[in-house]
Amino acid sequence: MQSKKTIKIKEPIRLLIVDDEKEYVEVLANRMALRGIQVSKAYSGTEAIRILREKEFDVAVLDLKMEDMDGLEVLKIFKKMDPDLMVIMLTGHGSAQAASDGISLGAFAYLTKPCEFSQLLEKIRKAYWEHKNFF
Amino acid sequence: MILAVISVSLTPLILVSVMILGEFKRSNREKVHEHLSLHVLKHKTIIDNFLSERLRNIEHMAETWEFEQLQDDTFLENRLAVLQNTYGNVFVDLGLINEQGYQVSYAGPYRLVKAQYSEAEWFEKAIDRDSYISDVFSGLKRLPYLIVSVKKYDGEKAWLLRSTINFTVFNDLVKNIQIGKTGFTFIVNQDGRFQTTPKAGAIAARQLSLNLVENHHEADEIIVRETFGASVQEEIIVATGFLKDGEWIMVLQQNLQDALSDFQLAQNIAILIIMSGGLVIIVMAFFLSTNTVNRIAKADRENELMNRQIVETGKLAAIGELSAGIAHEVNNPVAIMVEEAGWIEDLLEEEDFQESENLKEFTRALSQIKTQGRRCKEITHKLLNFARKTDSTTQKHRINDLIEEVINLSKQRAKYSNVTVNTHLNENLPNIMISDTEFQQILLNLINNALDAMDKTGGNLDISTDIQNNEIIIGVSDTGPGIPKVNLSKIFEPFFTTKPVGKGTGLGLSICYKIIQKMGGQIDVQSGINKGTTFTIRIPMDKQENGISSMKEKNRKPLPENKNDTI
Repeated sequence: MQSKKTIKIKEPIRLLIVDDEKEYVEVLANRMALRGIQVSKAYSGTEAIRILREKEFDVAVLDLKMEDMDGLEVLKIFKKMDPDLMVIMLTGHGSAQAASDGISLGAFAYLTKPCEFSQLLEKIRKAYWEHKNFF
Repeated sequence: MILAVISVSLTPLILVSVMILGEFKRSNREKVHEHLSLHVLKHKTIIDNFLSERLRNIEHMAETWEFEQLQDDTFLENRLAVLQNTYGNVFVDLGLINEQGYQVSYAGPYRLVKAQYSEAEWFEKAIDRDSYISDVFSGLKRLPYLIVSVKKYDGEKAWLLRSTINFTVFNDLVKNIQIGKTGFTFIVNQDGRFQTTPKAGAIAARQLSLNLVENHHEADEIIVRETFGASVQEEIIVATGFLKDGEWIMVLQQNLQDALSDFQLAQNIAILIIMSGGLVIIVMAFFLSTNTVNRIAKADRENELMNRQIVETGKLAAIGELSAGIAHEVNNPVAIMVEEAGWIEDLLEEEDFQESENLKEFTRALSQIKTQGRRCKEITHKLLNFARKTDSTTQKHRINDLIEEVINLSKQRAKYSNVTVNTHLNENLPNIMISDTEFQQILLNLINNALDAMDKTGGNLDISTDIQNNEIIIGVSDTGPGIPKVNLSKIFEPFFTTKPVGKGTGLGLSICYKIIQKMGGQIDVQSGINKGTTFTIRIPMDKQENGISSMKEKNRKPLPENKNDTI
């Protein structure tokens, strides 16, 4: 167990952040990168799907409310493309129902905006370990 | 409306009444006519019988005794005495008259022996017939006479036995017939001369007899007519019939009003009944239509209240949706701000900045940004929490939690109004089935009212919960100016407000009242001038279930209506 963990840690977490709030994506990406996470950014649902087609990820942070697509729709497609992808939903409080729908659709966790960065980071790490444990 | 109801109800009543009265009048008149006819028939038979019996008395005598015997005055006097003994004073005298009209013998009070009747009208008629009853006429003594005579033969020679009938006896026979108050009878002959003394007011007999003789076809026929009496104002009814083989006419005359008096009485009673019926209809129409109008007005008011309530609820929902949208939108920029601050923090970790003089200030400012960001989040989440709850479905809730939530919402306002909020919450309250939205709406209303009351002066707002008699008691007390006694009974009425126009709808407390009533609870108020106001809500617990059983909840009986509303 101990040895497995140390080995895995050398591989950076591959994270995809999906949100139509560009500035939010940017600042999150910067902060994540600073912590050794390999981040890809998508500013819309369609862009996220395109990126996922090209690249493999461990974890995705997905906003529920975007202009082009509903976050839940994106989640369904993600899960179809890569059933093992760990998805953390970010929601405004008003869509708590949607968030719990997301869990039933296979999302790993959900957080409400604005969320504590430390909390988000912890969830991402947990998701990563979940992901790796599948192998 | 009242007039329409009255006229619709009264018109058929009046029409039917008029028709029935008319029909009744007609049939009654027929009956009166018939009645009078029978009277005339009966009495004319009596008179006829009387006369023919008297005639038979004389006839009997003439047949029994020979002419020679009757010639003797003394014998005749004896015979008269026998007659008078038998029939009273009906027979006045007896006389035997020969063919020449010479009275051979006589018995009676007058000195008529040897009287000569050959020129007398009655004699001329009597000598031509076997028997004869004369009209009443003034005789030799200027007194009214009525003569019956019988003709017999002594060999070839005819003789007459005659008797004078006491006029008074005959007259009384007719005079004594009375019908009603005004009905009386008299007899006239064909020439229109009175045969009996009529009462005052008898109609012109001559005219009458002429009419009768012309119109009568049969002797037995009795004719009843209505005509005018002595004066034109007096309507009378006259029944006439022939007697004495058509020679005389019996007349029964009665005042029409008198004859119809029975009918008049019935008519008066009927009119009285109709009028009282009409009165009842008018009163009922008035009462019913007023009642109906009032009920419609009440229904309208309730409807309006309902509409206002719906509008209010709709408004609340709209405000909720709007604030939810805003809160959601605000969350994104706040999130970015907080993250950017975090990013700066991250960068400050790098060594270059560690020696900076203002590093402490930077760190403080950044953590302040984070703190304020967290505060923004709290506010928006509270707003979203409140807006989300717009339904009245009941769920198990901790009353104290719901109260705390509302107090949190009102805290800021209380601070501005210089009001201290104190809570005395009983921690042992059971969870009850309640709609949190509705409960918080009630509480928010009461708290807002209390804050309004203490807006200028400041004061204390005490909120308490407790259990009493299986009821949860929630108290909201302020130290405001209190409610005047006059208003105290009206505060739960819809649209009652003391707030300036445009500030209050007057619906708040009435909605509270309705909601609490729906919960099966009660709301009371105690207030005095300068003593503050206390609202007390009681929610029964017995309808609430402490155990969790969804099956039971589904089968729960509807809450009984609370009849003991206390205000």
